[in-house]
Amino acid sequence: MESGSLATELLRPPSPRRRRTDKAMRALMWTATFIALVPLVLVLYYTLKKGIGALDWEFFSTDPTGSFLGTQGGVKSAILGTLEIVGFAAVVAVPLGIGVALYLTEYGGRGRLAQAVRFFVDVMTGVPSIVFGLFIYLVLVLGGTGGSTFAGWKGSAALALLMLPIVTRSSEVALQLVPGSLREAALALGAPRWKVVLRVVLPTAASGIVTGSLLAIARAAGETAPLLFTSTIVKGTTFDLNEPMNSLPAQIFQDLKQPNDELVQRAWGAAITLIAMILTLTLVAKLIQRRSRGKGAT
Amino acid sequence: MEAATHQVSSGGRPRLGRSPASRLPDRALRYGLTALSVAVLALLAYFFVKLAVESRLVFEEEGVLSYVFANNWNVADSIYGALPLVVGTLITSALALLFGVPVAVAVALFLTELCPRKLRGSLTIVVDLLAAVPSVVYGLWAFYFLIPKLKPVEQWFADTFHFLPFVAIGSVPGPNYFIAGLVLAIMLLPIVCAISREVLATVPANLKEASLGLGMTRWEMIRISMLPYARRGIVGASMLGLGRAIGETIAVTIVIGDSPTLGHSIFGQGYTLAAVIANEFNEAAANPLHKSALIAAGLVLFVLTLLVNSIARFAVMRSERQSGRPIAGGGGL
Repeated sequence: MESGSLATELLRPPSPRRRRTDKAMRALMWTATFIALVPLVLVLYYTLKKGIGALDWEFFSTDPTGSFLGTQGGVKSAILGTLEIVGFAAVVAVPLGIGVALYLTEYGGRGRLAQAVRFFVDVMTGVPSIVFGLFIYLVLVLGGTGGSTFAGWKGSAALALLMLPIVTRSSEVALQLVPGSLREAALALGAPRWKVVLRVVLPTAASGIVTGSLLAIARAAGETAPLLFTSTIVKGTTFDLNEPMNSLPAQIFQDLKQPNDELVQRAWGAAITLIAMILTLTLVAKLIQRRSRGKGAT
Repeated sequence: MEAATHQVSSGGRPRLGRSPASRLPDRALRYGLTALSVAVLALLAYFFVKLAVESRLVFEEEGVLSYVFANNWNVADSIYGALPLVVGTLITSALALLFGVPVAVAVALFLTELCPRKLRGSLTIVVDLLAAVPSVVYGLWAFYFLIPKLKPVEQWFADTFHFLPFVAIGSVPGPNYFIAGLVLAIMLLPIVCAISREVLATVPANLKEASLGLGMTRWEMIRISMLPYARRGIVGASMLGLGRAIGETIAVTIVIGDSPTLGHSIFGQGYTLAAVIANEFNEAAANPLHKSALIAAGLVLFVLTLLVNSIARFAVMRSERQSGRPIAGGGGL
């Protein structure tokens, strides 16, 4: 990128004014990056500071009591509830999302149906999560599907709707990166199409798909809005997905503005727990992504 | 692969033919996946129809236009004019774009152009981590940290610049449009930044090299050859951020102030479409008209985000086609 001797003769060095502008804009970009990191540091620091005191064995091993006076209990039901709801949502949404992505890259191509699916999956990515919650409320909760009104699996359904387009979108990108020559080689060797798709294309794109799915799960785990009127906020622990179920984000939302310091502190403690869960997922996803990039799979 | 060849030749068929039985999984997979995709489309259609049907009650009662444009949201008197909510949504999202997009683009430029190579990877991850903090935690933080810390600053600003439009207010309430906008700005920053970064990465190297070769400074190269090339993609990224800001619920619900009136200042309390649903839905379950009004709010929200996202996708897709590289916006999604 160094200009050669001819160029330096031909071109005068930038005037002081231009150089000043350059410096100023560079400084501005440094500052902007710094500014962008401030909220992250502040959120993490403040949450740790406020919530670390709440974390003890009781916090993780007892359910919220809900009593007006006396001890308020921990968030066991919320932690388990989040794991159950998000886990079930992932079990449903990830395979479906990958399936749609496989259709788009392997069979749909540039056809009209595929383009429509692509467009509407993008539309789905933008649908506010609370609207998914509303939809599930209208269809499953009011309809009393499965013999229950509010239920954990209905929360999962709302989260699954949220995750599906994210999984599809990221898997599609990962699948597109699989070189066509690989498919052709496998087909030329006489492998049937389905085997090429499932045994050659899918494993090649696996790391990208896993990354995308983990990010989608992480995103869903932090959602509160779709859970408020699907799985709702309860006190007790349950392992029955067909019952109302507590979750960490909903518990935080509930405790947040309570005029009781213990409850507010519990909210901060729950926030630490939730952030820890989501950060772990995100970092694992990013590491997988980085590793596969390092291998030269661009 | 070996197994496949073996299977074929042992069937006693022509070497290159396949028995109908072995073709079955082929068809099953193809039609299965197609059906799945069609089912997703059907689900989305059902989704829209369901919302429209369930909100019909309030549209019949108030009329579609006066539902959206009447400035009166009064649950006690069963009057539902959602203008304060729509305006609240637009104000907070506009503020979020105003604060968030310049920083996000600057960070994206920094990461693609200025950042030392060693720092780049980890810094990118750190910026992406902003998206990993759940919205309820942002709300919690904003409520207990941002609101008390910024209140004096807001008050000072409102007093000093009271002559500017939409700034003057007697005493700044804790939760208000400005705080909500700020929180939204933080939340959309990683999305806008991630997509802008990918768009900027599509600027051809020879364009940049040519600029530098002509003796441009780095900033001139960015301004003259990179930004115009990436403009459409950056606009698309911002629109995606906007879509996100419009639909964001919980963080806004916590810091907006829950007041269904039109604020006359950016430091006034307000309400947004998403926040009103989150707050009022539980009490509304027994009141059909109220419930339908909230579902209608959801429908308006859906249509709004649909419009914004379609424009955004179109813009990003154009710049995708221009460069021939897929843009996923991985960190932001």
